[in-house]
Amino acid sequence: MNLHEYQAKEIFSRFGIPVPSGAVARTPSEASRVAKRLGGAAWVVKAQIHAGGRGKAGGVELCRSPDGVGEVAGRLIGHRLRTHQTGPDGLPVQAVWVEQASDIGRELYLSLVVDRARECLSFIASSEGGMEIETVASTHPERIVTVPLLPDPGVPAYVARVLGRGLRMEAPQATAFSSLLAALEQCMRATDASLIEINPLIVTRGGELLALDAKVNLDDNALARHADLAALDDASQRDPAENEAARAGLNYVALDGEIACMVNGAGLAMATMDLIQLKGGRPANFLDVGGDATAERVTEAFRIFRTNPRVRSVFVNIFGGIVRCDLIADGIIAAFKEVAPRVPVIVQLEGTRAEEGRRMFAESRLPIEAVSGLALAAERAVRAAGEAA
Amino acid sequence: MSVLVDRETRVICQGFTGRQGTFHCEQAIQYGTCLVGGVTPGRGGTRHLDRPVFDTVRDAVAGTEAHASLIFVPATGAADAILEAADAGIRLIVCITEHIPVLDMMRVKTALRNRPETRLIGPNCPGIITPDGCKMGIMPGSIHRRGRIGIVSRSGTLTYVAVHQTTEAGLGQSTCIGIGGDPIHGIGFIDCLALFEADPETEGIVLVGEIGGNDEEKAAAYIRDHVTKPVVAYVAGVTAPPGKRMGHAGAIISGGAGTAAEKYRAFEEAFVTVVHSPADMGQAMSDRLKRH
Repeated sequence: MNLHEYQAKEIFSRFGIPVPSGAVARTPSEASRVAKRLGGAAWVVKAQIHAGGRGKAGGVELCRSPDGVGEVAGRLIGHRLRTHQTGPDGLPVQAVWVEQASDIGRELYLSLVVDRARECLSFIASSEGGMEIETVASTHPERIVTVPLLPDPGVPAYVARVLGRGLRMEAPQATAFSSLLAALEQCMRATDASLIEINPLIVTRGGELLALDAKVNLDDNALARHADLAALDDASQRDPAENEAARAGLNYVALDGEIACMVNGAGLAMATMDLIQLKGGRPANFLDVGGDATAERVTEAFRIFRTNPRVRSVFVNIFGGIVRCDLIADGIIAAFKEVAPRVPVIVQLEGTRAEEGRRMFAESRLPIEAVSGLALAAERAVRAAGEAA
Repeated sequence: MSVLVDRETRVICQGFTGRQGTFHCEQAIQYGTCLVGGVTPGRGGTRHLDRPVFDTVRDAVAGTEAHASLIFVPATGAADAILEAADAGIRLIVCITEHIPVLDMMRVKTALRNRPETRLIGPNCPGIITPDGCKMGIMPGSIHRRGRIGIVSRSGTLTYVAVHQTTEAGLGQSTCIGIGGDPIHGIGFIDCLALFEADPETEGIVLVGEIGGNDEEKAAAYIRDHVTKPVVAYVAGVTAPPGKRMGHAGAIISGGAGTAAEKYRAFEEAFVTVVHSPADMGQAMSDRLKRH
């Protein structure tokens, strides 16, 4: 689960990670009131969306007066912001974060990640703050320092020395930097985060360390033990169809092609998308209906497909295992009667009692085409989409 | 021969009396698995599926001489269940449970590092099966045939597809291992490749990978240096957009790393037969064995 910058900064403050003084605002007038209350001569207004690249897209502005803050907030709130990380439609801005402008001396990069290769937590630091770390990794890999942590909680002193050297920290910041690392590590473990990224981490001209931006990804699997964090979820930042699917217990990711896919199993669902592309089509979505593909979930999937105007054919790909193909066919037929898709439906059944399943489709006299063979069925779904276009 | 499990493997189940545990243990017993009992705290001394139930894994090991455990404990307690099995001296732990928090798995892996004799398969996996011998998992037994191909995969249903195709091609399987879709998991491709390479019954290996991480790249390097048997590889997720989670938590491409294209390149450089369509795994193995 992703958090907004303002939520991440509030969590940072709780753990003693230094952030600029600021507050969230949901209306333009609230934004200028926040600026007045914070005081100072300049403020930064930042659009709150679940995507990076906000600065270049006009989502981060420097203002010299509280009225200016209100004006910028008015331009952002209630509109959609499109960055290179959002889709072409952008994401809705429902709040801005207003903070005192900082006197930036140097910009650095610091993150704490779940390091899957080493099976531990690792700090990643770079002297190139403000740039995407992936870009630095490809252009200046020597400017990135990675330090894996030990299994037990806590940050050993050498970790701070190694990272501090990589970031060319100076003596006056040494203590603050060690405390910052310790706080980050505590925050990571306490919230079950899978990523905490500060980009940039700045050293102000006065020599102070500040997290100018804050990105926190939480482990979905751990949300059950963090009800307070789970409540921070902002569904508006996801595709509406994905939210609807999640409520029905479906694993759905919207894509921009024209062939809707419904598959049991995540790996097979990805493989089905690949197969469609291999046959010259484009998948409209990733959808895992779960191993048992019940009538209720199939119905919900058909409902979601109907809301997508780009869909030209539906490809149902099921491998019947312990849950037999004839039972799954029964569910698909029931769902079809409830919400018939308006486009051709091609079904591929394989595995336990696939033959019986295919016969049930034939006998149902519904416009469902049961095709035998994975490759053939994908070809048929692509061709049907072409004919319907 | 086969790898890790066979007719002699004495299996217990943790989470034995739960809905999942009951259903899949019934299936395993029907399949002929030597399932000797189970563990459900608080239910010790009772019987379930005509087998003894114990309060702890230590009691179960003492009472049944089991050396393998199949775990269906819910996510909140699953990491603890793995640690308990390891503590009781279980040699092969198969954890089916999905949605275990990643920091919990990190703790488990740290503990297992001090127990090289203990092997963990999973979590979030279909399990392991040696056809006609032992089924420890949730895979449909009926699609398997005893035979010559070792199958290792990160995904559940894709494993079944590979099994189905090798059965149809008349090759059959020696052992099939689903290593699971989580970013931090038990045994990986390399462990399984080493086991299959050493197993006289296995003549060819099908490896099913997916996007995310770099396990496939490491497996490719291992195959180049250590595997003499023919390998066919398929990688799912060519069309997956970066940064999005495709069902499995492990299947996320970050930055340029973990893409299907990179994984395919690594396999090709290791002279692995790669297939770009999931429909071609069985046929490719068949062709490769004829040439071998």
